[in-house]
Amino acid sequence: MKQFRKMVYPYLIWSTVMIAVPMLLILLYAFTVGGNSVSKFMFSFANFKRFLTDKTFLVVLYRSLRIAVETTVVCVLLGYPTAYIIAKFTEKVKMRWVLLITLPTWINMLVRTYAWTGILQDDGVINSILSFFGAGPITFMYTDFAVILGMVYNFLPFMVIQIYTSLTKMDYSLIEAACDLGANPRKCFTKVTLPLSMPGVISGITLVFLPSVSSFCIPRMLGGGSYVMVGTIIESQFLTAGDWNFGSAISLIMAIIIMISMYITKKVDKGEKLEGAQV
Amino acid sequence: MKKKNRTGSYIFLGLIMIFLYAPIVYTIVFSFNEGKSLTKFSGFSLKWYGKMFANNTMMEALFYTIACALLATAISTLVGTVTAIGLSKSKKVLKNVVEQVNQLPIMNPEIVTAIGLLMLFSAAHIEKGFFTMVLAHIMFCIPYVILSVMPKLRTLNPNLAEAAMDLGATPVQALTKVIVPQCMPGIISGALIAFTMSFDDFVISYFVTGNGVSNISILVYTESRRVNPSINALSTLIVVIITVSLILVNVIPALAARKNRKTAGVAE
Repeated sequence: MKQFRKMVYPYLIWSTVMIAVPMLLILLYAFTVGGNSVSKFMFSFANFKRFLTDKTFLVVLYRSLRIAVETTVVCVLLGYPTAYIIAKFTEKVKMRWVLLITLPTWINMLVRTYAWTGILQDDGVINSILSFFGAGPITFMYTDFAVILGMVYNFLPFMVIQIYTSLTKMDYSLIEAACDLGANPRKCFTKVTLPLSMPGVISGITLVFLPSVSSFCIPRMLGGGSYVMVGTIIESQFLTAGDWNFGSAISLIMAIIIMISMYITKKVDKGEKLEGAQV
Repeated sequence: MKKKNRTGSYIFLGLIMIFLYAPIVYTIVFSFNEGKSLTKFSGFSLKWYGKMFANNTMMEALFYTIACALLATAISTLVGTVTAIGLSKSKKVLKNVVEQVNQLPIMNPEIVTAIGLLMLFSAAHIEKGFFTMVLAHIMFCIPYVILSVMPKLRTLNPNLAEAAMDLGATPVQALTKVIVPQCMPGIISGALIAFTMSFDDFVISYFVTGNGVSNISILVYTESRRVNPSINALSTLIVVIITVSLILVNVIPALAARKNRKTAGVAE
């Protein structure tokens, strides 16, 4: 069967050029200064220094992380009950609900986010309903609320599906055993169901947190032109300001922060498991 | 008490559904709006559809999106399947290396992949446009195709291909007549993932195209800054296209299965 091994070679070359080289280019640009042409590079930490000493950038970084954390928390709070309810249905009904949850994700994300701009306007549907009840118009557009709403709207299905999968894979006899041994429903849930579904919650958090930190179209569309997040800074460095070195450095910082948070999330998950085992 | 719980659950699910579907319904309703407003419905009209079909940029974007998705799907499905089959026969080290490299575009934030490609194309002096967009789409589609073909290959009996070759089949025949048909479900789902990934992509396309070439996502993004109800018409068109293709994808195999069962029954 050795003759089939050769079939990997084209992709080896392709992935080196299209996947590995771009990553190396980001590294190269991040640690150099001297314009966008590859020919005149000078090694330096200036880009990182600029980011870490300029207060405006740190504020933006903090805001991006805060928005991403808040989005993730809301997704867990809404996603867990949704997944839990669906997982309790019969097999056929389950599949129908899963389909309903995933269906919107097939439609272009920009298209769906654009729809919110109409709904959230000062004279939009929500404010019309509010004014019908006598409540004053609330400005939703171009606020943190709008950005988090847009992100939750786009990423909630990922969370639901991850938790749902871990809930359906669970061994239900364990819950029955807990109940038989005298645990009340609440204890059953907190001591058996919740710990067993943790892997799903963790992978859901990963799937929501990662795109939230780096997103730039949702903050641009629902937060407005002056709403700055890490993603929008990177975008403007590359497409308007034209400082690729600085842009690369910011993306590198962002990638490292994401990696660290993934690592911590995994560690927390493992730590909890160990604790559970000891009890 | 159990009954009460159920009602609560249904209300909660109902609210989640309203949250997920209201914006889509809203877009569809306002695509038929007479006026230009995105917030006040002033009467039924099809004029935004007329404007959309008359709008060259929109029709071009639609064309580029579909053409790019078809090209990227075809090429990435072919290359991905070939690579997956090759990997299944390769040494573990090589397998691990390729799997790790494939994780990069999947795990990296899209914007990081996008700027990497932007700098690659500029370093190689390739002019940004349709060609670079297709290249980029192929790049991020292949890992998903490999991921969906690999599990199918693992369940395959390796002796079958060998038996075919012992019985006189050339390696190419063994490949096309034995291995590929057996992992067809994986190939098809890989192709589907590739198509939708490419069709919906915004971030990477936004960074790697230029010279007036844009896809639907880029168009919606740039047009969203001003009030343009034709975007609603375009969105409705996309919703219809996606829904119809999803129905086709789900219904055709079911129909085929039924037909097969029928013919099998007749043969018996």
